[in-house]
Amino acid sequence: MSEAGQPPKISMRNVKKSFGTKKVLNGIDLDVEKGESCVIIGGSGTGKSVTLKCVLGLIRPDSGSIKIDGSEVTEMDNDDRDEVMSKFGMLFQGGALFDSLPVWENVAFGLIHGRKMDREEAHEIALQKIEAVGMGRQVGSLYPAELSGGMQKRIGLARAIAGNPEIIFFDEPTTGLDPIMADVINDLIAKCVKDLGATALSITHDMASARKIADKITMIHEGKLIWTGSVKELDNSGNEYVDQFIHGRAEGPITKHANMA
Amino acid sequence: MSFFATVGQFSAFAGLSVSHVFRGPFFPKNFSKQIVSIGYYSLPVVGLTTFFTGMVLALQSYTGFTRFNAESAIASVVALSITRELAPVLAGLMVAGRVGASIAAEIGTMRVTEQIDALRTLSVNPFKYLVVPRLIAGTLTLPILVLIGDLIGIMGGYIVSVHVLGFSAGSYLSQSWDVLQPIDVISGLAKAAVFGFIVTIMGCYHGFNSGRGAQGVGAATTNAVVTSSILILVFNYILTQVFFS
Ligand SMILES: Nc1ncnc2c1ncn2[C@@H]1O[C@H](COP(=O)(O)OP(=O)(O)O)[C@@H](O)[C@H]1O
Ligand SMILES: [Mg+2]
Repeated sequence: MSEAGQPPKISMRNVKKSFGTKKVLNGIDLDVEKGESCVIIGGSGTGKSVTLKCVLGLIRPDSGSIKIDGSEVTEMDNDDRDEVMSKFGMLFQGGALFDSLPVWENVAFGLIHGRKMDREEAHEIALQKIEAVGMGRQVGSLYPAELSGGMQKRIGLARAIAGNPEIIFFDEPTTGLDPIMADVINDLIAKCVKDLGATALSITHDMASARKIADKITMIHEGKLIWTGSVKELDNSGNEYVDQFIHGRAEGPITKHANMA
Repeated sequence: MSFFATVGQFSAFAGLSVSHVFRGPFFPKNFSKQIVSIGYYSLPVVGLTTFFTGMVLALQSYTGFTRFNAESAIASVVALSITRELAPVLAGLMVAGRVGASIAAEIGTMRVTEQIDALRTLSVNPFKYLVVPRLIAGTLTLPILVLIGDLIGIMGGYIVSVHVLGFSAGSYLSQSWDVLQPIDVISGLAKAAVFGFIVTIMGCYHGFNSGRGAQGVGAATTNAVVTSSILILVFNYILTQVFFS
């Protein structure tokens, strides 16, 4: 519990998920406080995206509890679920822009269809959000396929923040970008989260990105969170898994276990 | 997955889809877009298939019936086979290839690139946004396509009968008109509505459950076309039994 007895913004307890016989999440416990920026690090295919999708309600966990603002979301019916969804913004790994719609309508999509806003008004807000992520208003009339990878990520970011969400999720926001564009995106994320006063849950395997946007870092390995701490503590974590990961060494406990499995 | 598990999963999908047909919000823009892409753009292929089928029916029934009363037999054979069976089945199969495949590919790509997840995070139900407009458009436009196909098919028979075989134009038309009962046309249109539903629901189902990557989308597309084609032939038999026995 944080100050004044407020429940954590996001709280996961013993969340498990398997696909067929493959155990992906094996008891995830995580609290993210209001206004905090938490980053989950970990190797590819370790279940980072699955964790995020469980919180978002896109994947139903096999067991365990997930609470948003103190209310259980795993058992919710559709109407309550929509209500919770409206608090969320999500930047997908591949952007996930709707390629049949122009850029501005992508950004305005949740406003028009989710919040029933007037199209003209939503158009104007969309253009402002496009400017807020450092692009010109004229980009609004292009189609997603006409944009470069970095531009698509920025539009994905604009779409995620368009509804002024209370909680924003970032799925590998810098993967596939050059280091400079990655830094631009990191700055944008840090700025957007601060401007909105939002709570953020991000996943990445890019350590530069993690250090820049995180208040709290936690590492996932074999379906569990094995270490949690602040960015400062990261370099002296005393955890050999974390050490191997942040230094990107081929030799170490992570790969030893993987080879044995 | 076992056969029964697949049938169960499909039934749940179809039930959920149909339940959303009756509950808003609706997306009229998506609906009109689907009417155009499913209905209007299928016109040429449906027109061509029924036209040549009508022509070939006239030619075949001439060689088959020549010893009897060919002139009136040709018109009856063409009119009845086209309206009852061939226009709906051929239009259904053509639309399964054209529309079923493109629905599965489009929705499958949206699944693979997380666009369907993105819809949900933006508080838009993907069944209402993607499935319902396609289902309604398919179910409504296929009967219209088949009605047009009926006319074109009969015209194909007419052209062969009058211009190739040299029979009288007036008697072909009056014979067609006399032999056709309302049930012949109506049963064909009812079949078309069912086929339109089958093609669109199969396209949506396989797209929604597409496997990962380009390979997954390719398999979804193939499965959509194959399953809807087979179901069209099965339901054609069942519906013929219902209407004409
Ligand atoms: N919908 C799904 N069906 C089956 N397996 C899945 C699904 N989603 C993820 N997985 C599997 O779960 C594991 C973790 O995936 P993911 O969370 O995407 O990894 P990452 O940590 O790289 O984001 C992977 O092995 C993946 O193959
Ligand atoms: Mg991932």
